[in-house]
Amino acid sequence: MIWNEKAECMSRDDLEEIQLKRLQDVVQRAYQNVPHYHQKFEDIGVFPEDIQTLEDIRKLPFTTKDDLRQVYPFGMFAVPKKDIIEIHTSSGTTGKPVVSGYTQEDIELWSEIMARGLTMMGIDEEDIIQNTHGYGLFTGGFGVHYGAQKMGSTVIPISTGQTRRQIEIMNDFGTTVMIFTPSYGLYLSEVAEEEGFDPTNSQLKAIGFGAEMWTDEMRKEIEKRFGAPAFNIYGLTEIMGPGVAVECQQQKGLHICEDHFYPEIIDSKTSKIMEAGQTGELVLTNLSRQGMPVIRFITKDITRLNYNVCGCGRTLVKMDRITGRSDDMLKVRGVAVFPSQIEKALLKIDGVEPHYQIIVTRPNRLDEMEVQVETSPILFSDEVKEMVAIKNKIGSYIENEIGLRVNVTLVEPKSLPRSEGKAVRVIDKRNLC
Amino acid sequence: MKIKQLSIFLENKKGRLWKALNTLAEGNINIRALSIADTSDFGILRLIVPEPEKAKKLLEENNFVVKTKDVVAIELSDHPGGLSDVLKILNDSDINLEYLYAFVHEKKDKAIVLLRTDNLEQLIDVLDDGGTSLVPPEEVYDL
Repeated sequence: MIWNEKAECMSRDDLEEIQLKRLQDVVQRAYQNVPHYHQKFEDIGVFPEDIQTLEDIRKLPFTTKDDLRQVYPFGMFAVPKKDIIEIHTSSGTTGKPVVSGYTQEDIELWSEIMARGLTMMGIDEEDIIQNTHGYGLFTGGFGVHYGAQKMGSTVIPISTGQTRRQIEIMNDFGTTVMIFTPSYGLYLSEVAEEEGFDPTNSQLKAIGFGAEMWTDEMRKEIEKRFGAPAFNIYGLTEIMGPGVAVECQQQKGLHICEDHFYPEIIDSKTSKIMEAGQTGELVLTNLSRQGMPVIRFITKDITRLNYNVCGCGRTLVKMDRITGRSDDMLKVRGVAVFPSQIEKALLKIDGVEPHYQIIVTRPNRLDEMEVQVETSPILFSDEVKEMVAIKNKIGSYIENEIGLRVNVTLVEPKSLPRSEGKAVRVIDKRNLC
Repeated sequence: MKIKQLSIFLENKKGRLWKALNTLAEGNINIRALSIADTSDFGILRLIVPEPEKAKKLLEENNFVVKTKDVVAIELSDHPGGLSDVLKILNDSDINLEYLYAFVHEKKDKAIVLLRTDNLEQLIDVLDDGGTSLVPPEEVYDL
Protein backbone atom coordinates (compact mmCIF):
# COMPACT_ATOMS: atom_id res chain seq x y z
CA MET A 1 0.00 0.00 0.00
CA ILE A 2 1.33 3.39 -0.95
CA TRP A 3 -0.32 6.55 0.35
CA ASN A 4 0.76 8.89 -2.38
CA GLU A 5 1.90 6.86 -5.35
CA LYS A 6 2.53 9.88 -7.52
CA ALA A 7 4.91 11.44 -5.02
CA GLU A 8 6.50 8.29 -3.66
CA CYS A 9 7.17 6.50 -6.94
CA MET A 10 8.03 9.23 -9.39
CA SER A 11 11.11 9.07 -11.56
CA ARG A 12 14.30 10.69 -10.24
CA ASP A 13 14.16 13.21 -13.06
CA ASP A 14 10.67 14.36 -12.13
CA LEU A 15 11.66 14.40 -8.47
CA GLU A 16 14.72 16.54 -9.07
CA GLU A 17 12.70 18.98 -11.12
CA ILE A 18 10.26 19.41 -8.25
CA GLN A 19 13.09 19.67 -5.73
CA LEU A 20 14.82 22.43 -7.68
CA LYS A 21 11.65 24.46 -8.05
CA ARG A 22 10.88 24.15 -4.37
CA LEU A 23 14.46 24.91 -3.40
CA GLN A 24 14.43 28.11 -5.37
CA ASP A 25 11.14 29.04 -3.77
CA VAL A 26 12.26 28.33 -0.21
CA VAL A 27 15.52 30.22 -0.66
CA GLN A 28 13.56 33.18 -1.95
CA ARG A 29 11.15 33.08 1.00
CA ALA A 30 13.95 32.68 3.50
CA TYR A 31 15.93 35.53 2.03
CA GLN A 32 12.95 37.85 2.02
CA ASN A 33 11.30 36.98 5.29
CA VAL A 34 13.85 35.58 7.73
CA PRO A 35 16.36 38.18 8.97
CA HIS A 36 18.84 35.47 9.96
CA TYR A 37 18.96 34.10 6.43
CA HIS A 38 18.82 37.48 4.79
CA GLN A 39 21.91 38.50 6.72
CA LYS A 40 23.69 35.20 6.16
CA PHE A 41 23.10 35.29 2.42
CA GLU A 42 24.23 38.91 2.20
CA ASP A 43 27.36 38.05 4.17
CA ILE A 44 28.45 35.37 1.74
CA GLY A 45 27.10 37.08 -1.35
CA VAL A 46 24.70 34.32 -2.41
CA PHE A 47 21.21 35.25 -3.54
CA PRO A 48 18.07 33.38 -4.63
CA GLU A 49 18.87 33.87 -8.29
CA ASP A 50 22.18 32.00 -7.77
CA ILE A 51 20.26 28.76 -7.28
CA GLN A 52 19.99 27.40 -10.81
CA THR A 53 20.74 23.70 -10.20
CA LEU A 54 20.36 21.37 -7.23
CA GLU A 55 24.12 21.41 -6.72
CA ASP A 56 23.89 25.14 -6.12
CA ILE A 57 22.47 24.30 -2.71
CA ARG A 58 26.12 23.87 -1.74
CA LYS A 59 26.57 27.62 -2.09
CA LEU A 60 24.19 28.14 0.80
CA PRO A 61 25.34 28.38 4.43
CA PHE A 62 24.60 25.64 6.96
CA THR A 63 22.22 26.17 9.85
CA THR A 64 23.14 24.86 13.28
CA LYS A 65 21.09 24.20 16.37
CA ASP A 66 22.83 27.17 17.99
CA ASP A 67 21.68 29.41 15.14
CA LEU A 68 18.12 28.39 15.92
CA ARG A 69 18.65 28.91 19.65
CA GLN A 70 20.06 32.35 19.19
CA VAL A 71 16.90 33.71 17.61
CA TYR A 72 14.68 32.32 20.35
CA PRO A 73 11.78 32.46 20.40
CA PHE A 74 10.34 33.33 17.01
CA GLY A 75 13.29 34.70 15.02
CA MET A 76 13.18 31.96 12.37
CA PHE A 77 9.55 32.40 11.42
CA ALA A 78 9.05 33.33 7.76
CA VAL A 79 5.44 34.37 8.19
CA PRO A 80 3.58 36.81 10.47
CA LYS A 81 3.03 35.35 13.94
CA LYS A 82 -0.71 35.15 13.46
CA ASP A 83 -0.19 32.66 10.63
CA ILE A 84 1.61 30.31 13.00
CA ILE A 85 -1.11 28.08 14.38
CA GLU A 86 1.02 25.61 16.34
CA ILE A 87 4.28 25.67 18.20
CA HIS A 88 6.55 22.86 19.36
CA THR A 89 9.95 22.88 20.98
CA SER A 90 12.89 20.52 20.98
CA SER A 91 13.21 18.06 23.83
CA GLY A 92 15.62 18.15 26.68
CA THR A 93 16.96 21.50 27.73
CA THR A 94 15.34 23.63 30.37
CA GLY A 95 17.40 26.51 29.07
CA LYS A 96 16.63 27.94 25.66
CA PRO A 97 15.01 25.27 23.52
CA VAL A 98 14.61 25.40 19.77
CA VAL A 99 11.17 26.60 18.79
CA SER A 100 9.38 25.17 15.77
CA GLY A 101 6.40 26.99 14.26
CA TYR A 102 3.74 25.64 11.88
CA THR A 103 1.18 27.27 9.59
CA GLN A 104 -2.02 25.53 8.53
CA GLU A 105 -0.28 24.28 5.38
CA ASP A 106 2.64 23.00 7.43
CA ILE A 107 0.29 20.97 9.60
CA GLU A 108 -1.25 19.54 6.46
CA LEU A 109 2.18 18.73 5.12
CA TRP A 110 3.10 17.06 8.39
CA SER A 111 -0.10 15.03 8.24
CA GLU A 112 0.72 14.02 4.68
CA ILE A 113 4.24 12.81 5.40
CA MET A 114 3.15 10.89 8.48
CA ALA A 115 0.30 9.34 6.53
CA ARG A 116 2.85 8.17 3.96
CA GLY A 117 4.98 6.80 6.78
CA LEU A 118 2.22 4.92 8.54
CA THR A 119 0.98 3.50 5.24
CA MET A 120 4.52 2.38 4.50
CA MET A 121 4.34 0.33 7.68
CA GLY A 122 1.25 -1.46 6.38
CA ILE A 123 -1.32 0.60 8.28
CA ASP A 124 -4.68 1.83 6.98
CA GLU A 125 -7.97 3.37 8.12
CA GLU A 126 -9.09 0.10 9.75
CA ASP A 127 -6.25 0.25 12.26
CA ILE A 128 -6.40 1.28 15.91
CA ILE A 129 -3.26 3.19 16.78
CA GLN A 130 -2.14 3.57 20.39
CA ASN A 131 0.17 6.57 20.54
CA THR A 132 2.39 6.53 23.63
CA HIS A 133 4.52 9.48 22.51
CA GLY A 134 4.09 12.61 24.61
CA TYR A 135 1.41 15.04 23.49
CA GLY A 136 2.69 18.49 24.21
CA LEU A 137 5.63 20.50 23.07
CA PHE A 138 7.29 17.30 21.97
CA THR A 139 6.52 16.65 18.29
CA GLY A 140 6.15 12.88 18.68
CA GLY A 141 2.61 12.87 19.99
CA PHE A 142 0.97 15.28 17.60
CA GLY A 143 2.94 14.21 14.54
CA VAL A 144 1.77 10.62 14.73
CA HIS A 145 -1.69 11.84 15.62
CA TYR A 146 -2.03 14.03 12.54
CA GLY A 147 -0.84 11.26 10.24
CA ALA A 148 -3.23 8.78 11.77
CA GLN A 149 -6.17 11.15 11.45
CA LYS A 150 -5.28 11.99 7.87
CA MET A 151 -5.53 8.31 7.07
CA GLY A 152 -8.75 7.91 8.98
CA SER A 153 -7.37 5.38 11.43
CA THR A 154 -8.66 5.27 14.99
CA VAL A 155 -6.07 6.95 17.15
CA ILE A 156 -5.88 6.51 20.93
CA PRO A 157 -4.01 9.61 22.18
CA ILE A 158 -2.95 7.98 25.45
CA SER A 159 0.43 9.80 25.48
CA THR A 160 3.17 8.74 27.91
CA GLY A 161 3.03 6.81 31.17
CA GLN A 162 0.15 5.02 32.89
CA THR A 163 1.73 1.76 31.92
CA ARG A 164 -0.83 -0.55 33.43
CA ARG A 165 -3.60 1.39 31.76
CA GLN A 166 -1.69 1.13 28.47
CA ILE A 167 -1.80 -2.66 28.75
CA GLU A 168 -5.45 -2.62 29.70
CA ILE A 169 -6.29 -0.49 26.68
CA MET A 170 -4.23 -2.63 24.33
CA ASN A 171 -6.38 -5.51 25.44
CA ASP A 172 -9.79 -3.84 25.77
CA PHE A 173 -9.65 -1.65 22.66
CA GLY A 174 -7.90 -4.22 20.47
CA THR A 175 -4.98 -1.98 19.55
CA THR A 176 -3.47 -2.99 16.21
CA VAL A 177 -0.58 -0.53 16.12
CA MET A 178 1.68 0.56 18.98
CA ILE A 179 3.82 3.69 18.78
CA PHE A 180 6.59 3.96 21.38
CA THR A 181 10.27 4.57 22.07
CA PRO A 182 12.23 1.29 22.02
CA SER A 183 13.06 1.45 25.72
CA TYR A 184 9.46 2.13 26.69
CA GLY A 185 8.39 -0.69 24.43
CA LEU A 186 10.59 -3.13 26.32
CA TYR A 187 9.25 -1.88 29.61
CA LEU A 188 5.67 -2.20 28.39
CA SER A 189 6.28 -5.78 27.39
CA GLU A 190 7.52 -6.60 30.87
CA VAL A 191 4.51 -5.04 32.55
CA ALA A 192 2.29 -6.82 30.04
CA GLU A 193 3.76 -10.10 31.17
CA GLU A 194 3.07 -9.22 34.80
CA GLU A 195 -0.49 -8.34 33.95
CA GLY A 196 -0.97 -11.59 32.11
CA PHE A 197 -1.46 -9.95 28.74
CA ASP A 198 0.31 -11.63 25.83
CA PRO A 199 0.89 -9.17 22.98
CA THR A 200 1.84 -11.98 20.62
CA ASN A 201 -1.69 -13.29 21.01
CA SER A 202 -3.39 -9.95 20.43
CA GLN A 203 -4.64 -7.83 17.57
CA LEU A 204 -1.27 -6.14 17.31
CA LYS A 205 0.07 -6.10 13.75
CA ALA A 206 2.67 -3.33 13.58
CA ILE A 207 4.89 -1.15 15.74
CA GLY A 208 6.30 2.28 15.03
CA PHE A 209 9.29 3.27 17.14
CA GLY A 210 11.58 6.27 17.29
CA ALA A 211 12.97 9.23 19.23
CA GLU A 212 15.87 7.12 20.45
CA MET A 213 18.99 5.33 19.28
CA TRP A 214 18.38 1.67 18.54
CA THR A 215 20.13 -1.44 17.28
CA ASP A 216 18.99 -4.29 15.12
CA GLU A 217 19.13 -6.48 18.21
CA MET A 218 16.75 -4.12 19.97
CA ARG A 219 14.33 -4.18 17.05
CA LYS A 220 14.36 -7.98 16.93
CA GLU A 221 13.77 -8.15 20.66
CA ILE A 222 10.77 -5.84 20.35
CA GLU A 223 9.38 -7.82 17.45
CA LYS A 224 9.76 -11.01 19.41
CA ARG A 225 8.02 -9.68 22.50
CA PHE A 226 5.16 -8.10 20.66
CA GLY A 227 4.81 -10.59 17.84
CA ALA A 228 4.65 -7.83 15.22
CA PRO A 229 7.08 -6.14 12.82
CA ALA A 230 8.63 -2.92 14.13
CA PHE A 231 9.44 0.05 11.90
CA ASN A 232 11.61 3.07 12.62
CA ILE A 233 10.09 6.55 12.41
CA TYR A 234 12.66 9.32 12.12
CA GLY A 235 12.19 13.02 12.50
CA LEU A 236 13.39 16.13 14.22
CA THR A 237 11.63 19.14 15.66
CA GLU A 238 13.76 21.65 13.81
CA ILE A 239 12.71 20.34 10.42
CA MET A 240 9.15 19.32 11.28
CA GLY A 241 8.78 16.29 13.56
CA PRO A 242 8.38 12.53 13.08
CA GLY A 243 7.74 11.48 9.51
CA VAL A 244 10.74 13.07 7.85
CA ALA A 245 11.76 9.49 7.11
CA VAL A 246 10.02 6.19 7.81
CA GLU A 247 10.86 2.52 7.23
CA CYS A 248 8.81 0.54 4.74
CA GLN A 249 8.00 -3.13 5.11
CA GLN A 250 11.33 -4.11 3.55
CA GLN A 251 12.98 -2.88 6.76
CA LYS A 252 16.15 -2.04 4.87
CA GLY A 253 16.34 1.68 5.51
CA LEU A 254 14.03 4.65 5.93
CA HIS A 255 12.46 6.50 2.98
CA ILE A 256 13.03 10.23 3.27
CA CYS A 257 10.20 12.41 1.95
CA GLU A 258 12.75 14.09 -0.25
CA ASP A 259 10.17 15.98 -2.23
CA HIS A 260 9.78 18.02 0.96
CA PHE A 261 13.09 17.53 2.77
CA TYR A 262 16.28 17.66 0.76
CA PRO A 263 18.98 15.40 2.24
CA GLU A 264 22.73 15.76 2.02
CA ILE A 265 25.54 13.88 3.72
CA ILE A 266 28.61 15.81 4.82
CA ASP A 267 31.91 14.94 6.43
CA SER A 268 31.65 16.05 10.10
CA LYS A 269 35.08 17.56 10.16
CA THR A 270 35.49 19.11 6.71
CA SER A 271 31.82 19.70 5.78
CA LYS A 272 32.64 18.25 2.38
CA ILE A 273 29.69 16.67 0.57
CA MET A 274 29.81 12.87 0.62
CA GLU A 275 28.74 10.55 -2.19
CA ALA A 276 25.74 8.26 -1.98
CA GLY A 277 26.64 5.22 0.07
CA GLN A 278 29.25 7.07 2.12
CA THR A 279 28.61 7.53 5.82
CA GLY A 280 28.54 11.03 7.26
CA GLU A 281 26.41 13.65 8.93
CA LEU A 282 22.87 14.18 7.67
CA VAL A 283 21.95 17.69 6.53
CA LEU A 284 18.32 18.51 5.79
CA THR A 285 16.63 21.40 3.99
CA ASN A 286 12.93 22.23 4.14
CA LEU A 287 11.64 22.55 0.60
CA SER A 288 7.98 23.33 1.15
CA ARG A 289 7.63 24.44 4.74
CA GLN A 290 5.95 27.82 5.12
CA GLY A 291 6.14 28.83 8.76
CA MET A 292 9.78 28.16 9.49
CA PRO A 293 11.84 26.93 6.57
CA VAL A 294 15.25 25.74 7.70
CA ILE A 295 18.06 25.56 5.19
CA ARG A 296 20.88 22.99 5.32
CA PHE A 297 20.30 22.07 8.95
CA ILE A 298 23.16 20.07 10.43
CA THR A 299 21.35 17.30 12.26
CA LYS A 300 24.50 15.74 13.75
CA ASP A 301 22.99 12.32 13.02
CA ILE A 302 25.35 9.90 11.31
CA THR A 303 23.94 7.88 8.41
CA ARG A 304 24.28 7.27 4.68
CA LEU A 305 22.01 7.49 1.65
CA ASN A 306 20.88 4.78 -0.74
CA TYR A 307 19.31 5.86 -4.03
CA ASN A 308 18.51 2.40 -5.39
CA VAL A 309 14.88 1.61 -6.09
CA CYS A 310 13.38 -0.17 -3.10
CA GLY A 311 11.65 -3.53 -3.16
CA CYS A 312 8.51 -1.73 -2.05
CA GLY A 313 8.40 0.21 -5.33
CA ARG A 314 9.16 3.64 -3.86
CA THR A 315 11.84 5.74 -5.50
CA LEU A 316 12.33 8.08 -2.53
CA VAL A 317 15.90 7.87 -1.26
CA LYS A 318 16.54 5.70 1.76
CA MET A 319 18.74 6.42 4.76
CA ASP A 320 20.29 3.84 7.06
CA ARG A 321 19.27 3.80 10.69
CA ILE A 322 21.19 6.43 12.63
CA THR A 323 24.35 4.88 14.02
CA GLY A 324 25.55 7.76 16.15
CA ARG A 325 25.82 11.47 16.78
CA SER A 326 28.67 13.66 15.73
CA ASP A 327 28.55 15.60 18.95
CA ASP A 328 28.29 14.41 22.46
CA MET A 329 24.57 14.80 22.87
CA LEU A 330 22.94 11.95 24.69
CA LYS A 331 19.37 10.87 24.67
CA VAL A 332 18.35 9.55 28.04
CA ARG A 333 14.75 8.39 28.33
CA GLY A 334 14.01 10.36 25.21
CA VAL A 335 15.40 13.58 26.66
CA ALA A 336 18.37 15.30 24.99
CA VAL A 337 21.24 15.87 27.43
CA PHE A 338 24.58 17.53 26.82
CA PRO A 339 27.52 16.96 29.14
CA SER A 340 28.01 20.71 29.11
CA GLN A 341 24.72 21.07 30.94
CA ILE A 342 26.02 18.82 33.71
CA GLU A 343 29.15 20.86 33.84
CA LYS A 344 27.13 24.05 34.09
CA ALA A 345 25.13 22.68 37.01
CA LEU A 346 28.22 21.46 38.85
CA LEU A 347 30.06 24.71 38.49
CA LYS A 348 27.22 26.51 40.23
CA ILE A 349 28.06 24.70 43.45
CA ASP A 350 30.94 25.92 45.58
CA GLY A 351 33.72 23.45 45.99
CA VAL A 352 32.68 21.22 43.12
CA GLU A 353 35.34 20.93 40.52
CA PRO A 354 34.40 20.12 36.93
CA HIS A 355 35.80 16.63 37.26
CA TYR A 356 32.87 14.48 36.55
CA GLN A 357 31.81 11.52 34.53
CA ILE A 358 28.44 10.57 33.18
CA ILE A 359 27.59 6.93 33.01
CA VAL A 360 24.44 5.89 31.24
CA THR A 361 23.08 2.40 31.67
CA ARG A 362 19.89 0.59 31.03
CA PRO A 363 19.67 -1.90 33.89
CA ASN A 364 15.94 -2.51 33.72
CA ARG A 365 14.86 -1.43 30.25
CA LEU A 366 14.68 2.22 31.32
CA ASP A 367 17.69 4.50 31.05
CA GLU A 368 19.59 5.41 34.21
CA MET A 369 22.10 8.19 34.42
CA GLU A 370 24.82 8.32 37.04
CA VAL A 371 26.94 11.40 37.47
CA GLN A 372 30.20 10.79 39.28
CA VAL A 373 31.67 13.86 40.89
CA GLU A 374 35.04 14.09 42.57
CA THR A 375 35.02 15.01 46.23
CA SER A 376 37.19 17.99 47.00
CA PRO A 377 38.39 19.19 50.41
CA ILE A 378 35.82 21.99 50.28
CA LEU A 379 33.06 19.59 49.47
CA PHE A 380 34.01 16.99 52.05
CA SER A 381 32.31 17.16 55.40
CA ASP A 382 32.98 15.06 58.44
CA GLU A 383 29.30 14.40 58.83
CA VAL A 384 27.39 11.81 56.87
CA LYS A 385 24.24 13.88 56.82
CA GLU A 386 26.09 16.80 55.34
CA MET A 387 27.64 14.63 52.67
CA VAL A 388 24.24 13.25 51.82
CA ALA A 389 22.88 16.79 51.66
CA ILE A 390 25.66 17.78 49.28
CA LYS A 391 24.97 14.75 47.15
CA ASN A 392 21.31 15.71 47.00
CA LYS A 393 22.14 19.31 46.26
CA ILE A 394 24.26 18.31 43.30
CA GLY A 395 21.43 16.05 42.17
CA SER A 396 18.86 18.81 42.31
CA TYR A 397 21.07 21.32 40.51
CA ILE A 398 21.55 18.82 37.73
CA GLU A 399 17.86 18.01 37.61
CA ASN A 400 17.15 21.72 37.31
CA GLU A 401 19.43 21.93 34.34
CA ILE A 402 18.43 18.90 32.34
CA GLY A 403 14.97 18.04 33.61
CA LEU A 404 15.93 14.50 34.54
CA ARG A 405 16.60 12.82 37.86
CA VAL A 406 20.09 11.34 38.06
CA ASN A 407 22.07 9.33 40.58
CA VAL A 408 24.98 11.25 42.02
CA THR A 409 28.02 9.33 43.20
CA LEU A 410 30.80 11.07 45.07
CA VAL A 411 34.17 9.63 44.17
CA GLU A 412 37.66 10.17 45.41
CA PRO A 413 39.76 12.99 44.02
CA LYS A 414 41.83 12.22 40.92
CA SER A 415 40.01 8.96 40.47
CA LEU A 416 38.30 10.09 37.28
CA PRO A 417 40.40 9.87 34.11
CA ARG A 418 42.10 13.02 32.94
CA SER A 419 42.91 13.55 29.30
CA GLU A 420 45.22 15.60 27.16
CA GLY A 421 42.49 16.81 24.87
CA LYS A 422 38.77 16.54 25.15
CA ALA A 423 37.80 14.63 28.25
CA VAL A 424 35.67 11.58 27.82
CA ARG A 425 32.76 12.77 29.84
CA VAL A 426 30.28 10.15 28.89
CA ILE A 427 30.36 6.43 29.21
CA ASP A 428 27.34 4.99 27.52
CA LYS A 429 26.94 1.39 28.55
CA ARG A 430 23.66 0.89 26.84
CA ASN A 431 25.08 -0.97 23.86
CA LEU A 432 23.09 1.05 21.38
CA CYS A 433 25.44 0.56 18.51
CA MET B 1 40.98 19.12 76.06
CA LYS B 2 40.32 18.98 72.37
CA ILE B 3 41.70 16.10 70.40
CA LYS B 4 42.41 16.29 66.71
CA GLN B 5 40.56 13.65 64.75
CA LEU B 6 41.08 12.96 61.06
CA SER B 7 38.13 12.26 58.78
CA ILE B 8 38.84 10.62 55.46
CA PHE B 9 36.43 10.25 52.59
CA LEU B 10 36.25 6.73 51.20
CA GLU B 11 34.54 5.70 48.03
CA ASN B 12 32.50 2.56 48.44
CA LYS B 13 34.92 0.59 46.34
CA LYS B 14 37.01 -2.46 47.05
CA GLY B 15 40.39 -1.68 48.50
CA ARG B 16 39.85 1.92 49.45
CA LEU B 17 39.96 1.36 53.19
CA TRP B 18 43.03 -0.80 52.79
CA LYS B 19 44.73 1.89 50.68
CA ALA B 20 44.14 4.53 53.35
CA LEU B 21 45.37 2.35 56.21
CA ASN B 22 48.30 1.09 54.20
CA THR B 23 49.35 4.63 53.42
CA LEU B 24 49.50 5.34 57.14
CA ALA B 25 51.34 2.11 57.83
CA GLU B 26 53.98 2.99 55.28
CA GLY B 27 54.35 6.36 56.94
CA ASN B 28 54.91 4.60 60.22
CA ILE B 29 51.82 6.08 61.74
CA ASN B 30 50.13 4.14 64.46
CA ILE B 31 46.36 4.37 64.77
CA ARG B 32 44.98 4.90 68.29
CA ALA B 33 41.28 4.78 67.56
CA LEU B 34 39.17 4.17 64.50
CA SER B 35 35.58 4.36 63.42
CA ILE B 36 33.83 4.15 60.08
CA ALA B 37 30.53 5.76 59.23
CA ASP B 38 29.16 4.13 56.16
CA THR B 39 26.34 4.75 53.76
CA SER B 40 25.53 2.70 50.68
CA ASP B 41 27.50 5.17 48.58
CA PHE B 42 30.54 6.16 50.57
CA GLY B 43 32.22 5.90 53.96
CA ILE B 44 33.84 8.35 56.34
CA LEU B 45 36.85 6.94 58.16
CA ARG B 46 37.59 8.65 61.46
CA LEU B 47 40.99 8.22 63.03
CA ILE B 48 42.93 9.29 66.07
CA VAL B 49 46.65 9.21 65.41
CA PRO B 50 49.62 10.57 67.41
CA GLU B 51 50.70 13.08 64.77
CA PRO B 52 47.52 14.22 63.06
CA GLU B 53 49.07 16.94 60.89
CA LYS B 54 51.75 14.61 59.55
CA ALA B 55 49.17 11.92 58.84
CA LYS B 56 46.88 14.37 57.08
CA LYS B 57 49.67 15.56 54.82
CA LEU B 58 50.66 12.01 53.99
CA LEU B 59 47.13 11.03 53.11
CA GLU B 60 46.59 14.12 50.99
CA GLU B 61 49.74 13.40 49.05
CA ASN B 62 48.13 10.10 48.22
CA ASN B 63 44.99 11.77 46.91
CA PHE B 64 42.77 11.30 49.91
CA VAL B 65 40.41 14.03 51.00
CA VAL B 66 41.03 14.64 54.70
CA LYS B 67 39.48 16.95 57.25
CA THR B 68 40.54 17.64 60.81
CA LYS B 69 37.90 17.94 63.47
CA ASP B 70 38.11 18.37 67.19
CA VAL B 71 36.67 15.77 69.50
CA VAL B 72 36.67 15.20 73.22
CA ALA B 73 37.79 12.05 75.03
CA ILE B 74 36.32 10.89 78.30
CA GLU B 75 37.40 8.11 80.57
CA LEU B 76 34.84 5.67 81.89
CA SER B 77 34.99 2.97 84.49
CA ASP B 78 34.73 -0.29 82.76
CA HIS B 79 31.34 -1.43 84.10
CA PRO B 80 27.75 -1.48 82.82
CA GLY B 81 26.12 1.89 82.92
CA GLY B 82 29.34 3.83 82.58
CA LEU B 83 28.41 5.35 79.24
CA SER B 84 24.69 5.77 79.81
CA ASP B 85 25.46 7.80 82.95
CA VAL B 86 27.45 10.22 80.85
CA LEU B 87 24.81 10.39 78.15
CA LYS B 88 22.22 11.25 80.80
CA ILE B 89 24.30 14.24 81.78
CA LEU B 90 24.41 15.35 78.17
CA ASN B 91 20.69 14.82 77.64
CA ASP B 92 19.87 16.89 80.72
CA SER B 93 21.87 19.74 79.26
CA ASP B 94 20.30 19.39 75.85
CA ILE B 95 23.54 18.54 74.14
CA ASN B 96 23.09 16.81 70.82
CA LEU B 97 25.89 14.44 69.90
CA GLU B 98 26.92 14.06 66.27
CA TYR B 99 28.61 10.75 66.88
CA LEU B 100 30.77 8.84 69.30
CA TYR B 101 32.98 5.79 69.34
CA ALA B 102 34.85 3.89 71.98
CA PHE B 103 37.94 1.79 72.65
CA VAL B 104 39.87 0.37 75.58
CA HIS B 105 42.70 2.20 77.37
CA GLU B 106 45.29 -0.52 77.64
CA LYS B 107 47.35 1.06 80.32
CA LYS B 108 44.56 1.85 82.71
CA ASP B 109 41.94 -0.78 81.95
CA LYS B 110 39.35 1.83 81.31
CA ALA B 111 37.09 2.59 78.39
CA ILE B 112 37.74 5.74 76.40
CA VAL B 113 34.91 7.33 74.49
CA LEU B 114 35.41 9.97 71.80
CA LEU B 115 32.60 12.43 71.40
CA ARG B 116 31.82 14.92 68.71
CA THR B 117 29.30 17.72 68.87
CA ASP B 118 28.93 21.15 67.34
CA ASN B 119 29.71 23.11 70.46
CA LEU B 120 32.73 21.48 72.08
CA GLU B 121 33.24 24.24 74.63
CA GLN B 122 29.79 23.63 75.99
CA LEU B 123 30.39 19.88 75.97
CA ILE B 124 33.60 20.25 77.95
CA ASP B 125 31.88 22.46 80.52
CA VAL B 126 28.96 20.12 80.99
CA LEU B 127 31.19 17.07 81.29
CA ASP B 128 33.38 18.87 83.82
CA ASP B 129 30.38 19.94 85.88
CA GLY B 130 29.05 16.43 85.77
CA GLY B 131 32.28 15.09 87.19
CA THR B 132 33.25 13.17 84.08
CA SER B 133 36.89 12.40 83.61
CA LEU B 134 38.23 14.11 80.50
CA VAL B 135 41.31 12.67 78.91
CA PRO B 136 43.97 15.14 77.80
CA PRO B 137 45.19 14.96 74.19
CA GLU B 138 48.74 13.87 75.05
CA GLU B 139 47.42 10.85 76.84
CA VAL B 140 45.19 9.90 73.91
CA TYR B 141 47.95 10.28 71.34
CA ASP B 142 50.25 8.31 73.51
CA LEU B 143 48.06 5.29 74.18
